Amino acid sequence: MPDVIVGKASDFKDPGRKVVDISGTEIGVFRLGDDFFAYHNICPHLDGPACQGKILPCATEDVQADRTSAGRVYSKTQTNVICPWHGFEFDIRTGRHPTDASVRLRPVPVKVLNGDVLVSVPNRS
Amino acid sequence: MPLETPPRAESFRELPEITVASDTRDYLAHAAKQALKYDDYELIVDIDAHLQEGGFWGEIIGLLENDVLKQTAEEMMRGRGGMPLINMQPGMSFQSLAGRVPHQSGPTEPTDDPAKAGHRFVQIVRRTIDTMGLDYQVIFPTSMLHLGMNPMEDIEIYLARAYCRWLTEIILPQDKRIIALAYLPFNTPSECEKLVKQYGDNPQIVGFTVCAVRHKPVHANQYMRLYSMIEETGKPLVFHAGPHWDDPSFTQLNRFISMHALSFVHYNLIHMTNWVINALPERFPKLKTVWVESGLAWIPFLMQRLDHEVMMRQSEAPGLKRLPSDYMREMYYSSQPMERQNLALLEATFKAMNAETQLLYSSDWPHWDFDPPSSVTTLPFLSDQAKRNILGLNAARVFNLPVKRLRPRAAEVLAREAERHR
Ligand code: FES
Repeated sequence: MPDVIVGKASDFKDPGRKVVDISGTEIGVFRLGDDFFAYHNICPHLDGPACQGKILPCATEDVQADRTSAGRVYSKTQTNVICPWHGFEFDIRTGRHPTDASVRLRPVPVKVLNGDVLVSVPNRS
Repeated sequence: MPLETPPRAESFRELPEITVASDTRDYLAHAAKQALKYDDYELIVDIDAHLQEGGFWGEIIGLLENDVLKQTAEEMMRGRGGMPLINMQPGMSFQSLAGRVPHQSGPTEPTDDPAKAGHRFVQIVRRTIDTMGLDYQVIFPTSMLHLGMNPMEDIEIYLARAYCRWLTEIILPQDKRIIALAYLPFNTPSECEKLVKQYGDNPQIVGFTVCAVRHKPVHANQYMRLYSMIEETGKPLVFHAGPHWDDPSFTQLNRFISMHALSFVHYNLIHMTNWVINALPERFPKLKTVWVESGLAWIPFLMQRLDHEVMMRQSEAPGLKRLPSDYMREMYYSSQPMERQNLALLEATFKAMNAETQLLYSSDWPHWDFDPPSSVTTLPFLSDQAKRNILGLNAARVFNLPVKRLRPRAAEVLAREAERHR
C-alpha cells in the first residue's frame, strides 16, 4: 500500500497524536516538537490499544547527590504514551518501555511532506 | 516527489483517545478481534468481573432493610454523595494510575433508555461480554470487598442483604448470561446461614463469597454449620481477595503498587493456611472452594512451604491425611492477575496446581489489571484442550453451568461494531 496522509502537520498539538484505522491497520502518529513518530496501535503486552492512551511525561525518582530521594518528579525531556488497558508506558521517541527496553511498540515509517504527515502502511499478511 | 492528491485508503477512520467516558465496546475493540481465535470454543466463562457499585449505590441503599441505616445512608448521600457506609478511604484509591488506566474509574459511558434496553449496568455488562466473547460473567462487588473490616457489623449484614436483593430482584432477571454470588457477611455466621438458605436454590446465584479482607479465622467452629450448608447446595465457597492498606504491616509500604502486590495475596495466604492446616478439606470433602484474584504465583509457594513444615510438625496438623499440596491441588483458582513475565515459572505453576482441571479464567474487568481471554489463549505451553477447560469447561463443573453457547459469533460482533462506526 502507498503512503497515506493522516493529516496536516499543523493540525497536531505538541505533544499530540492522531490514531487512525487504515483499512484495518491501526496506527498511532505522534508529534513531539518538530518530530513525528508512528507505531502500530498494538501493545506488546496483551494487544491493547496502546496509542490511544494518555500522554504524560515520564515519572522519575529524584535521587539526590547524597542518595536520598526527593520523591517522584515528571521528566522534562521524556514523554510517554500509556496503554489504557493496563498502563504499560512507552517513550514516544523510541517506542520502548522505560523499565524494560526490550518491550516496545512496533514502529511504522512516517514523514512530513508538503505539510502533510504520511505513514507507510505495511501490507497485511 | 510531491503528492498532488492524498492517496486513498480503502477505508480511513480516526480513533479517539480512550478515556473514562469511552464506550466499553471501543475500549475492548481489540478483545473483539482476539475473540475470533477462540470462537469455536464450547463455552467461555469469566468467573470474576466487577460491579463498580458507586454508580448504583443509591439503588442498593434503597433496599436496606434497616430503617436507621437506610435513613443514615440516604442523608449522607444527600449531603456529600460518595458511598455512605463503605469503609474505604476515597483519597487513597490509586487504582486508575492517575487516569492512565481510565476504565477503573467508570463507568461513565452513555447507555440507552433503560425502559427499552434494560438496566444501565445490564447494558454495560452486555457490551463487555459480547465484545470479549463470553457466555457468562460472574459479578462481584468492588467497594464492598472491604466490608469485612467495617467495625459496624450491622452494616455488613444489611448491605450484604441489600446487594443480594439488588442482584436477584433487579439485575439478574434481565439477562441469564449475568450470574453472581451471594455476599456472605462473614463477621456474623448466623446471618450467612440465612443467606445460604435464601439463595441456595436461585439458579443465577451460583455460589457464595467471602470477601477475604478480614481478620476472621476461617477454621473457627462457628463456621462449621455454614460450610455444611454450602456443601449441601453443591455450589462453591469463593474467597475473593482484596487490597487493604491499613493492615499494620502494610502501613510500611509507601506505594500503592507495593500494597496491591502483597495485599491481594496476603489474605488468601492466611485463609488457605488455616483451611488446610485445620484439615477442613477432610471435614468437608464435597465442598468446592475457589480462591479468587490472588494471581497464581502464591500457590506453588504455599504448597512447598506447608508441605515442608507439615512433614516436621505433624502433631500440629493431625487432621491431614495427605500433604497440603495434595488438598490445594483439588481446589479451584481464578486466573487473574496472571503473572506472565516469566513463562517458565508460570508453566511450572500450572503443573504444580493441575491448572488444566483446576484453573478458571477470570477477567477482573473493569479493574485496572484485567485479563482478556487472550491471556490464556496465547500461552505457548497449553494444549488446546487445556485452554478450553480453563476458559470455560472447568467453570461449568464448578458453578454447575450448562455447556451451551450463549454468546454471539465473534464475526457477528465485529460486523455490528463496524456498522456502529459507519
Ligand atoms: S495491553 Fe497494553 S498494557 Fe496491557
